[in-house]
Amino acid sequence: MIYDPLDIALMLAKIALVFFVILTLAAYLVFAERKVLAWIQDRKGPNRVGPFGLLQPLADLIKLLTKEDFRPIGADKWLFYLAPAMAAIPAIMIFAVIPFGAPLRLFGHTVQLQVADLHVGLLLFVALSSLAVYGVALGGWASNSKYALLGSIRGLAQLLSYELSMGLSLVPVVMLARSFRLSDIVAAQAGCWFIVYQPLAFMIFLISIAAECKRIPFDLPEAEGELVAGFHTEYSGMRFGLFFVGEYLNIIALGGLAATFFLGGWHGPLLPPVVCFSVKVLAFAFLFIWIRGTLPRLRYDQLMHFGWKILTPLALLNILVTAWWLVLRG
Amino acid sequence: MEAYLFYLLAAVTVIGTVLAITEKHPVHAIVYLVSSFFSLAAIFFLLAAPLIAMFEVIIYAGAVMVLFMFVIMMLDVGRSGDGLRPGLRQWLPAMLLAGVILALLGMMLAHGGWPAPGAGAAATLRDFSLTLFRQHGVAIEIISLQLLFAVVGALYFGKRRGP
Amino acid sequence: MKIVSDMTALLTGMWITWQHIFRRPVTIQYPEEKRTPYPRYRARIVLTRDPDGGERCVACQLCSAACPVDCISMQSAEAADGRRYAAWFRINFSRCIFCGLCAEACPTLAIQMTPDFEICKRDIMELLYEKEDLLIDGCGKSHDYNFYRHAGIGVTQPRGAGPKEKPPVDVRGLLP
Ligand code: SF4
Ligand code: SF4
Repeated sequence: MIYDPLDIALMLAKIALVFFVILTLAAYLVFAERKVLAWIQDRKGPNRVGPFGLLQPLADLIKLLTKEDFRPIGADKWLFYLAPAMAAIPAIMIFAVIPFGAPLRLFGHTVQLQVADLHVGLLLFVALSSLAVYGVALGGWASNSKYALLGSIRGLAQLLSYELSMGLSLVPVVMLARSFRLSDIVAAQAGCWFIVYQPLAFMIFLISIAAECKRIPFDLPEAEGELVAGFHTEYSGMRFGLFFVGEYLNIIALGGLAATFFLGGWHGPLLPPVVCFSVKVLAFAFLFIWIRGTLPRLRYDQLMHFGWKILTPLALLNILVTAWWLVLRG
Repeated sequence: MEAYLFYLLAAVTVIGTVLAITEKHPVHAIVYLVSSFFSLAAIFFLLAAPLIAMFEVIIYAGAVMVLFMFVIMMLDVGRSGDGLRPGLRQWLPAMLLAGVILALLGMMLAHGGWPAPGAGAAATLRDFSLTLFRQHGVAIEIISLQLLFAVVGALYFGKRRGP
Repeated sequence: MKIVSDMTALLTGMWITWQHIFRRPVTIQYPEEKRTPYPRYRARIVLTRDPDGGERCVACQLCSAACPVDCISMQSAEAADGRRYAAWFRINFSRCIFCGLCAEACPTLAIQMTPDFEICKRDIMELLYEKEDLLIDGCGKSHDYNFYRHAGIGVTQPRGAGPKEKPPVDVRGLLP
């Protein structure tokens, strides 16, 4: 196969750009979360490092990098070292399929603002989010600690259950767009966003992704009130940092996907497409932070009941209704 | 380049599977098996069957193996590491099956191999679903009925009896 | 409808947190902004003197017995006129929790608490306050109290001359 060097260069540039943007965004999302939570609680939040505390992520990074890399006695060495990467890498890889802007024309080439426009993009996302379970499970198991093990068992059960409702809530989207390709899904929403046709699927997807990125009210795997820090109790330094950043990358990725599937991706009024898309992603991130500042944690049995007895049947029903509707409309 | 990638992935798959069989530690075995599934999925992708590749990852790596791991963690059998090596009696059926498969492979090779895969265009979603639900519709229905039975059975077993 | 009431409950919570985002923070930026503690705030401990300038502490050990973290220690001694005092008196402020039990236990109002809470030190040994560091020139919160004027052994006045004090009973006399 012959590749055009310009194509390769553009591809590499896109990858580098996406990497840079999402990593910075994740670091600042941590900062934003601390700030917004502080405001919600009538506090000021981090404001010491740099103007308005804007350099706080940098300070955190330095702190994490210089901390001791600790491994508890009896931990499974390789799995313990690998697990943080297993948690972070799927989160980063999801960004490969997200279209974050309208195609551009550069140097006589049409550049998709999307790293890989796979025609199974949606499935790749489901696959990657199902792989993200391994980081949680192995990290907790390999730590040789009771709290971590309990955290990862909870994480396993929770992620597995909510993956189901998440996948099912995406089926109507595929039925409407008639494609797994994310750019097709976005194109299908040029006229009307899918949230108008599928408010229920959107709600189910929203709840499921909150559970997927282990956010309050679904943060049972790391419930600090009961399990110290859950599956990453024993991690220190940058390995903990990877878990942490992976979680925030996940928020951005899932927010981006929610925008892509239900809110028309980069379609939007007035603003240029990339800005539209970023606004939607940031709105989702804010929503998650806001929810975290408001709601208490669910109990474990409530979580499981909600997932299996309410969300999954609802999603199935929604698929059925959508299918009938599509058939009757012809 | 595809050929090199294929051999690399094939090597990872085979080595991962062999390690998964010989590893005594269940959690490690799962990790080996998952990596082998993953490279298998990549091979499917190279063979222009991305749909199969994704299903491989979602179903096998993402669901089945995770359930295995869940059970191992819940029952805490992953800690011992002193499981017995399988004896000759356990090896025998596996050997038999492997022999049959190898013999079949050899026969196919002797008959002049098979057409090189990946020549056609990638199967689209539409083709895939048409084949699945038109040609094999009855099979799909039977399988889904079976799954329904399994679900009902699980519900029955899981029901709390008595007060 | 249960689901409606549940949703309203959730949304009410969200609305309240939304409002709080725009409230003024209650944080006080400590090293730059300071709040004046109340006069009866319980912080750094001092040993006070009576109105005549003598040490109030009679080294009775009650404070040290009352202290839950055992951070007060002393050695008692007696002067020629029968007045008891502490030969040395030590408070370990790295252990003190400012609970105020010592000040409550003290019968002579010698040990008292002040609102000065900024006593951080780089070296932990500097938090070991000796009698010289603790003793102040003043009466603290009670300006006219002198233990020896109410009870005592003829240190500030002849025995039986204090307020509300009866002359001593002659135990060798026969008459009641
Ligand atoms: S304030 Fe409490 S802890 Fe401190 S010296 Fe007095 S009794 Fe002890
Ligand atoms: S400070 Fe008060 S309680 Fe403590 S020894 Fe002196 S007189 Fe007694």
